[in-house]
Parts: sequence; C-alpha cells; structure tokens
Amino acid sequence: MKFGVVVFPGSNCDRDMYDALKYDLKQEVVMLWHKDKELPGFTTDDCIVLPGGFSYGDYLRCGAIARFSPLMQAVIDFANKGGKVLGVCNGFQILCESGLLPGALLRNANQQFVCKNVFIKGEEGKALKIPVAHGEGRYYADKATLRQLESDNQIIYRYCDADGNITDAANPNGATDNIAGICNANRNVFGMMPHPERACSEVLGNTDGRRVFKTLLIKNLQLTAEPVLA
Amino acid sequence: MEITVSTAEKLGLRPEEFELIKRILGRTPNFTELSAYSVMWSEHCSYKNSIKWLKTLPRDGSRLLVKAGEENAGLVDIGDGYAVVFKIESHNHPSAIEPFQGAATGVGGIHRDIFTMGARPIASLNSLRFGNLKEDKTQHLLSGVVHGIGHYGNCFGVPTVGGEIYFEDCYHTNPLVNAMSVGIVKIGQTVSATAAGVGNPVFIVGSATGKDGMGGAAFASADITENSIEDLPAVQVGDPFQEKKLLEACLEVIPTGALVGMQDMGAAGIICSTSETSAKGGVGMKIDLEKVPTRQKNMKAWELLLSESQERMLMIVHKGREAEVQGIFEKWDLPCSQIGEVTDDGMLRFYMNGELEAEVPAESLVLGGGAPVYHRDYTEPKYFSKIKSFNPNKIPVPDDLKDVAEKIISIPNIANKRWIYNQYDSMVGTGNTSINQPSDAAIVWAKEANKGLAVTTDCNSRYVFANPLQGGMMAVAEAARNIVCSGGTPLGVTNCLNFGNPYDPEVYYQFVYALKGMGEACKKFDTPVTGGNVSFYNQSPDGPVYPTPTIGMVGLLENINDKMTLDFKEEGDIIFLVGKSSNDINSSEYLHKICGVEYSPAPKFDLDEEYAMQQKIAGLIKRKVIASAHDVSEGGLFVTLIESSFNNKLGFDVVANDYKLRKDAMWFGEAQSRVVVSVNPLNLEVFKKVMGTHPYEELGVVTNGTVEVDGMYWGTILEWKEKYDTAIETYMNHYLAE
Repeated sequence: MKFGVVVFPGSNCDRDMYDALKYDLKQEVVMLWHKDKELPGFTTDDCIVLPGGFSYGDYLRCGAIARFSPLMQAVIDFANKGGKVLGVCNGFQILCESGLLPGALLRNANQQFVCKNVFIKGEEGKALKIPVAHGEGRYYADKATLRQLESDNQIIYRYCDADGNITDAANPNGATDNIAGICNANRNVFGMMPHPERACSEVLGNTDGRRVFKTLLIKNLQLTAEPVLA
Repeated sequence: MEITVSTAEKLGLRPEEFELIKRILGRTPNFTELSAYSVMWSEHCSYKNSIKWLKTLPRDGSRLLVKAGEENAGLVDIGDGYAVVFKIESHNHPSAIEPFQGAATGVGGIHRDIFTMGARPIASLNSLRFGNLKEDKTQHLLSGVVHGIGHYGNCFGVPTVGGEIYFEDCYHTNPLVNAMSVGIVKIGQTVSATAAGVGNPVFIVGSATGKDGMGGAAFASADITENSIEDLPAVQVGDPFQEKKLLEACLEVIPTGALVGMQDMGAAGIICSTSETSAKGGVGMKIDLEKVPTRQKNMKAWELLLSESQERMLMIVHKGREAEVQGIFEKWDLPCSQIGEVTDDGMLRFYMNGELEAEVPAESLVLGGGAPVYHRDYTEPKYFSKIKSFNPNKIPVPDDLKDVAEKIISIPNIANKRWIYNQYDSMVGTGNTSINQPSDAAIVWAKEANKGLAVTTDCNSRYVFANPLQGGMMAVAEAARNIVCSGGTPLGVTNCLNFGNPYDPEVYYQFVYALKGMGEACKKFDTPVTGGNVSFYNQSPDGPVYPTPTIGMVGLLENINDKMTLDFKEEGDIIFLVGKSSNDINSSEYLHKICGVEYSPAPKFDLDEEYAMQQKIAGLIKRKVIASAHDVSEGGLFVTLIESSFNNKLGFDVVANDYKLRKDAMWFGEAQSRVVVSVNPLNLEVFKKVMGTHPYEELGVVTNGTVEVDGMYWGTILEWKEKYDTAIETYMNHYLAE
C-alpha cells in the first residue's frame, strides 16, 4: 500500500502528514501536485490523502475551490473505482465539497478558530486524544442523511470526554451528534476534522493517532514504533 | 508644487533634516524624493534616536553567523550544518487603530523577515499588552488582535508556540503587539539582503501594489491620538494565503542559486528594499515604476515607492537566469515582474514611463549611511521619588491568605490564557512538544536538524517602570531562566523595545537605562543581541506606556529528549525551592492588583545570584535528578506551585520554613532567581550533593490532588483549576455575547 499526499496551494499540513506516514508509520509515501491531472502508479490498493491547511486561502467556503483543481478530478475517479481516500480537516471539507462525502462543515458554533487536544471515540472503543485545529469544523447534514450515516455505521468518530462519554461539553465546534469523522457507504473514503498525523510521534508525547491510521487504513500497523531520529 | 520646509514638516521631517537633504542632493528635493526621505528617516526605518544605545548591546558571539543589523534577522549556528534565524517586531500602532489587520500583518511581516533569509519559519510567539480587561475597549482590541494573529498564522501554517500577555492601565489607548518568528536554515543556503552585479535584473514578486499602508513607517513614528483613526489608510491589509505561496516559491528559488539577493518589503516598501539592498552592495538601481503590478490605476510615483502592500519581495537575479525564477513563481501562480536593473554609481533612479521621478544616492537614505543619528537628553523621571518613598510596613499582612490566593489566580495577568491560545494553531508542523508536556519555554523540535529549540518571550514591564536598569536585566534573566528550566542552553536574544516618545527626557531615561541593564545581563548569560526592533511613541495623551523592552530568546537542546517539564509527576515527590525566600512584596501582582499600590521598587534581584542559580538548575537537569522545574514569576510561589500541579491533576502540601517572613511575601512575593523543583525521594541524596552550598529549602510534598498550605486545607486542585481556567473567559464570553 502506497500513500500519496496532495499538495494544494495553501496546504500546510502536507509535510506533517508526509512525516507521520513515512517516519512514524514507516509507509511508502509521495507528494502529489494539485495541477497534475493523473495519479500515475496508483492502484485501488493505495491511498490518497487530502491534508489539512487553507487550500486557496479558504476565502470562499473551505474546500470550495480546491474541489475544482485538476488533480481532484482524478481523485474523484480514483475513489469511485474503490481507491482509499482520507481527508483530514481541510481535506474533509474538500471531500464534502466534492460530493465524495455527504454533509457540510460549517463555521464553529462559537465563531472562533479552535486548536486543542480533544478526545474522539470510534471502533477502537477507548477514547483517543487527537488535536483539532479549525474554524469551520461543525459537521452538518440533513436528517435523512444523518439517519443513513447512523444506520450504515458511517460515523467513524465522535467527540467525547477523556472517559469516552459523548457529551456537549466535549464537542469543540457544535457538530451535529458530536460527529468528528465519517466515511462513505463503500467505506473507502474517510473524512475527519481531528488531525491524527499530529499524534503519531513519541517526541510530541502522543501516539494515539497511530490507532486511527491502523483502524482506517493500515490494518497490520505496529502501534509501538521506535522513536524517530531521536 | 513648491517644496518648502513646511512640506517636509507635514511629512514628519524636522527642519534640520530638510536642510540635510538639500545638502546631500545639492538641490531642493521634489515631492517624491522628499517622501522617500521622510519614511526612510523615520524612527521605524532609521533608528535615528536609538542606534547610539543599540550599539552598546553585546552583538558578538562564537555562534553568531551574522552581526545584529547586518541582515533582516539574526542567524545563529546550532551545529551539524544548521542555523536558527529569529526576530521580534512590533505592530503596535496599526493594532491600536485596526486590531485585526494590524496584528495580522504584524505576523506576516515578521515571518517574511525570516524567509527572506532562506529559512523556513517553524515557530511563532507573541508578546501582547492591553489595558484593563474590564474595559469594553480592551475586550474589543484583544478580540481583534487575537483573531488577527490567528487568521494570519493559522493560514500561513506556522504554529504559535508561546508568548505572554499583560493587562495594565497604561496600555489602554496604546496596546503593544509584538510578534516573533523562528526559522531553520541549512548553513550555506541563506540569502543576503544585498544587490550586486551591474546589469543584473531586479524583480518584484508576490502581491500587486496598492495604496494600502501608505506611509505606515512614518505613522508608526508618531504619538497615538484621537485623530489617529484618520490614519486608517496607513494600516496594511494582509493575505496569508499569498504569503504561504510566496514562502514556498522563495524557498524553491533559493537552492537554484539564481538569486544574488532578496529583501522583503515591509515598512516603506519599494524605496526601503531598493535603497537598503543597493547601499549594502555599494551599487545603484534604475527602476521603471510603471512595470510594478498595481491593484489600482493611476498610482503616482511616490505612492508606488512608499506603499506598504504586504506579501511582496524584491529579488536581484543573476542575469541570464530570469526564466528559472519566473518558472517557479508561475508554478505558484504568483506575479513576478522585472522592474529594473543594478547600476554602478550608487544612485537610485526611479522612472515612470521614461520620465525621471526621483534620483537619490541609496546610501543617503539608510541607517549607517546618510540617515541622521541623534543624541537625546535624558533625566531621571520624577515618579522615582514616589517609588523611593514606598514603605512595605504600611501594608498589613492579610489574615485570609487563601482568599488572596484565589483573587491572585483570577487576575488576567496570571489566569489561564486558553481563551487566547486556543484560537492559534499551536501544533501545525508537528514540532511543538510543549502541548502535551509543558515547560517554562516552548520546546520545538527542529526536525531536519533533529535538535530542540527552546523559545520564549519575556518582559515584566512594571519591574522596568520601577527600575529601568534592573528591569532590563530581569527581562533577560527571566527569558534565560525559562530556557534553562526547560533543559536548554540560551543562545541569543532578539528584542522589541517599546517605549514612549523619545523626545521626552524621562522616557529616554527609561530607554537608556533599560538598555544598559539588558546589555549587562546579555553579557552575563552569553546571549548576544542578534537584532530586533525599536518602537517609540507608544503613548497617548494619558502618558507613555510602561517601558517594555520585550526579550525574545532562543535556546538549544542538543537532544530533544533532554527537555525538562514544569509539571509535578508523582505523589510523594519532594518539593524544593531553589533560591532564597525573601521578605519582598515589591512590584508584585499582589501589591499592585490586590493592595492597589502603583509605585514600589522592583523586586529583589542580583545578576550573579541569578546566574549561579541557573547553573545549578542546568546541573540538576543534566544529572536527571529532578522531575520538574518551574520558575517563580508573576503571582509568586503559590502560583508556581499551583501551575506545577494542574497538568497531572496533582496537588501539594507545603509550609513556610521561616516564621520571620511576611506570609504575603512568602507566598505571593516576586523576588527573582527562584525555581520550584520536585524530586523523587530516591534522588534526594544526589539532589543535595548537586545543590552543595547554593541556597534552597524544602517546602513539602506533592499530593494526589489536595492543596495544603501551612497546615491549612485549601481545597482540591480541580477547584483551583476551575477558577484559574475561566477568569479570562468570563470577561470575553460576556463581551462576545453582547
């Protein structure tokens, strides 16, 4: 399995994602440029990552311009053929804008950018400590969509407290039903607001992000990797 | 238009400066030329009222790769072929008028200073001062400034890893917004802000030029008054997305070797960058102003020269390699236009559609060249007599110390600043190790060099107000202490000198003595001053702000795993105070905010004692004897203890050893050179051995979450944390709800 990290103008978590995948998770990873039209050498066994940042400055709606970049057309085709796609933060916003995932990400309920460690709960069972950093991360979808996400088990992460309780106080942005991340019906396209790549290194004192990559993408990942470069 | 001395005065020049310009040119300048001198000879660009004293600061060191003032920022060797580049700069006046854009462009400007040298910024910090947080105006300014810093820094993608904020009445009208950037560069891949090679093309890259920020440098060099709002066009507008692309494009161009030199455009835009690079290289330039991409039509020559439109760079390119440079900027969808070329006679000639608009010697415009240098008078401030007459014995020791402690941790200067820093992306770049493991300084992992950088900004301006000489020393000492307590070795200093009007001899006294103090302390800690910024005229009709020489300091950890953290680790660990308790409440938050005393001397401080204490702490960390280290600063010992307890939800049981000490001095005094450390009982013997004869005292033990002081139960750490965490939010949430 090979990873490709797409660099949009204004991406600023592209290097972090690259470093986490390459050095912390020991994966094969290449950077991809938004102006390219193809994904050469990528098969549906591989994974394309849309990293966080402020693509095109996000002066319109977050991700609204990036979805029209040449490479995104290739990514959409890739996803429709069953290739894995992960969007984190701005990448999640782009996935929603491009229609690969349902719903939208609205401005945080308190109108402020928020960056801090939060806890999220998914199929790992235990609460994972993962950072968020966004101004527009309040997940929203209409009732019918929410019902479908729920019944198809497409809600992959919800904000919770340190003990795993899903509470209003643990919700950093006012997201509907504490939704932090979702996947599509085919379970090959994943989007989440929290940044697992920021929680993969021993040097940073938090490796809970490795569990996210293991759950979603790298089933055989060793969770206790050697500290890198240190 | 006839140019007279009154035209010059309207542009902010003094009559004698107008005469000097006429002598340099051998004729009367035209309006465009006069405008150029007015911004280049403003305090902001020329340092004319400060350079005499700036030159007294220590500027040499074995690790220094360029001297202060030589380049856009300091460059310090960190070994293994890498260097750290860092600088702090003010954006006070724009932020007073338009807090959001003022603060945002301050952040953008300081990052440009770093990447114009070829370094990638990896951390930013900020040092902020506002008036009383109870005031609507303060809440408005704070909200706008924080939003502006976040807006720019978050999008640009550099983590805000540290900083400081104080609320004092003197900053009500004139807040201070100082931003610092720290970058990493491979030695040999740096770019100089210089022009050379006759015939080499000169490019302007980045954003188009508009009328924004017109004369901002001159605006920054005048007092803030109620009419300042009319200067709104002098405030620039920032575009962090453009700057992010500019960063990537510049860092891609540099390794090609096609560049001769590069200089960012900040204050005074094209005129500043062309004159400084030309003067440095001993060359001149011919510039065709109509080739500058503009945002609006019919811009005049002087407007193009002075515009402070953001996100622009001047590049001098090796002739014949233009296409390589243009290709990279095209890739990043950024304008890149040749506007002129290097000439050999040291003259700057600006043409507009073939017509010569200005012709001035480059050297005559710049600091170290023709810009004037002034020696200002200074006299001891009259308020010193009030400080000398302070008698602590007239302050009764309160009976209910717990009540005082609760009030102290709710003072905005002390309380949790999360309302502010949670709006900044503090983790992008995956190098900030202090989010999960906090230290006195922020520890940033410089990945490519695989080293740790300890970074901090510090200045308690009330101490400087009380005693400029000692206060200057204390600002440097605290920065060094924070770095040492984090396991780092101090490397160097950048400073942002925020003072009132330099033509006021009492203000100038504060400036001179604060610099003397800083200089002495920088020598002691072997931290040369690598550069920085002077911001005068921080005053309103109410008077000058506290003298605020903010210190930005960078330290090195050869191995990131050698870092020390500030939080207590385990119940039962023994708590020691390294340093001496002192019967001193001077200039403390307690005395100022709780007792309401404005004038008192600076807290006790001795530079040699401080240095010896820091050596001890460094030794304890090196030998891995201590589990935590946190210095005693604002709010005193109690605040240090409670802050050490929060992260792991532990507590403490402590007693004062010396019954002769005032209790308020013991727990809330701010005597310097003290650090709280915790020690696992197994390490006790080694601890005592390392300490030797250096003064220290045992205070008590770490508990599992209860707080006990002098045998009294003071509640649980969660109760204290709630008060500490929510104090600032209470004000701000109320403001935002309105």
